[in-house]
Amino acid sequence: MELLEFARGPALMFSITVFIAGVLFRIFSLLFMWRTKDTSAAHPGQKPEIMAALSDILRRMWPLATYRQRSLFQWINGYVFHIGLFIVVFFLLPHILFINDLTGLSWGHLPNNLVYAISIVTLISLIAALIMRASNPPQRLISTFDDYFSWLVTFLPVLSGIVATMHIGARYETLLALHILSVCLLLIYIPFGKLMHFFLVFITRGQTGAHIAHRRRTTVLKGE
Amino acid sequence: MADNNRNSQLHGKPVSRTLGEALAERGVSRRSFLKFASYTASILALPPTAATAIAEGLATARRQSVIWLSFQECTGCTESITRASSPSIEDLIFDFISLDYHHTLQNAAGDAAEHARMQAMEENKGEYLVVVDGSIPAGNNGYSTIAGMSNVEMFEETAEHAKAVIAVGTCAAFGGIPAARPNPTGAVPVSELTDKPVINISGCPPIPEAMTGTIAYLLSFAGIPELDHLGRPQAFFGEAIHDRCYRRPFYEKGMFAKSFDDQGARQGWCLYEVGCKGPVTYNACATLKWNQGVSFPIQSGHGCLGCSEPGFWDFGGFYKPLATGKDDTLKYAAGAAVAGAAIGAASAVSVRSKRKKLLEANAAPQAIKEEAE
Repeated sequence: MELLEFARGPALMFSITVFIAGVLFRIFSLLFMWRTKDTSAAHPGQKPEIMAALSDILRRMWPLATYRQRSLFQWINGYVFHIGLFIVVFFLLPHILFINDLTGLSWGHLPNNLVYAISIVTLISLIAALIMRASNPPQRLISTFDDYFSWLVTFLPVLSGIVATMHIGARYETLLALHILSVCLLLIYIPFGKLMHFFLVFITRGQTGAHIAHRRRTTVLKGE
Repeated sequence: MADNNRNSQLHGKPVSRTLGEALAERGVSRRSFLKFASYTASILALPPTAATAIAEGLATARRQSVIWLSFQECTGCTESITRASSPSIEDLIFDFISLDYHHTLQNAAGDAAEHARMQAMEENKGEYLVVVDGSIPAGNNGYSTIAGMSNVEMFEETAEHAKAVIAVGTCAAFGGIPAARPNPTGAVPVSELTDKPVINISGCPPIPEAMTGTIAYLLSFAGIPELDHLGRPQAFFGEAIHDRCYRRPFYEKGMFAKSFDDQGARQGWCLYEVGCKGPVTYNACATLKWNQGVSFPIQSGHGCLGCSEPGFWDFGGFYKPLATGKDDTLKYAAGAAVAGAAIGAASAVSVRSKRKKLLEANAAPQAIKEEAE
């Protein structure tokens, strides 16, 4: 109970404080950062920047034909754990109650048993993602500590949540405390690593799209 | 007059008789005695064979001297134990124990009461049980006194030659409400003041049968029952309320009462959302229930408060769902948001200005300088 008190109290307060400060630090430093203007001549018939950004965000939702066969599993697996995480985080009643308590926002929840099943699928999908990364030499080569640590801090809340729900290995309050602490770790790490894509994915993808449209994606277009 | 003597006179024989002899003389049949032993075995979650052991243990045991000390308490634990059904407090007092000192239940008062306590301690040195309800104020001896003695003094004096100590109620077991923040009296649980074996029977109040059942176990087996990591008998505190709650299927299905008077509440759905602490509370409420098995708080429509757990009074609001943080989770959120945004913007601006200066210093082409602006 003392560990749970610590997790629900000081640990959560500290991690949420770091999370908010860190995320806003990243976003504001990005908004005000130095941007070198592209002085090259725009491709004739270039779409407005915003349209180019939006179309690239959409296009990158699915792999290009050239790479499709090789990367389809990873793509699908990526969707599975992202959608799984989304459902588990935002549609399990205890999570909604947590968010509601902090923000006052509330919405409908899914049956707990359904969310448990989805969390198992998510867990398996996350393990598959790690195996794929570790077993593919080029991917292994470009993977850094950030990639593995980001995976770990995402995996731990899912694992601890399942274990807590199923009461495996320890008393429920201990498992619940460990689950909350693992979420604290995730919250603290989100602003400072690749998990910041939670906030930046569409901003960076749109920026890349606008930039490429300006230069014309001749090479890429051929591959489509 | 000491209760010891009073009870001896009541039965017309000295207390050194075995319980078996005393019960036989009172006309208690072996059949009813075995029924009693079977029931006690079952509430203690012991195998059926233990009933015989309990019967044999009780039959050959001597009446156990018990000294009950009440400190910072509300008498709720005593109120509770007087409503025990099997074994009832009457069963225990008249048949199995000699309750030599108890503020509420003893006849004696003043010096006579204290004399009874001293006499019981002398006559049963090393053999008597001490039951404590209420926490003990360690902050200042004057906070709570009985017969001119501080609670700490009285407890230490009484526990010194005791066989074991039973801390009855959450106050005695874990400090309870007197120890809730800011704990003005420096209240501590019994276990902090003695080296003797302590059995905690927590609850506010504890389930009557958890108290009488544990005493029956001590008499039957002359040993301490299996305890959990908080020193509570596993038989009564081994399972979470949530795991044995009849409303559990609604939790799994995601059917929750949103308030105490909505459709969900009327349909008997799960009370998790209105603050039930059943998932982190270990007690036998959902199985033994109260008032001879009639009901328990969740059955009567209120979420579990977690009263048998340490620090339950400070464990956030009773009506705050378990999944939420404590009240001060967002204490520094606004400051963090302002600080994060300000530091982020300031660092970006600082980098821009440094870069601009560098470009100027290196006489960069005019075009690039303009872009920088």
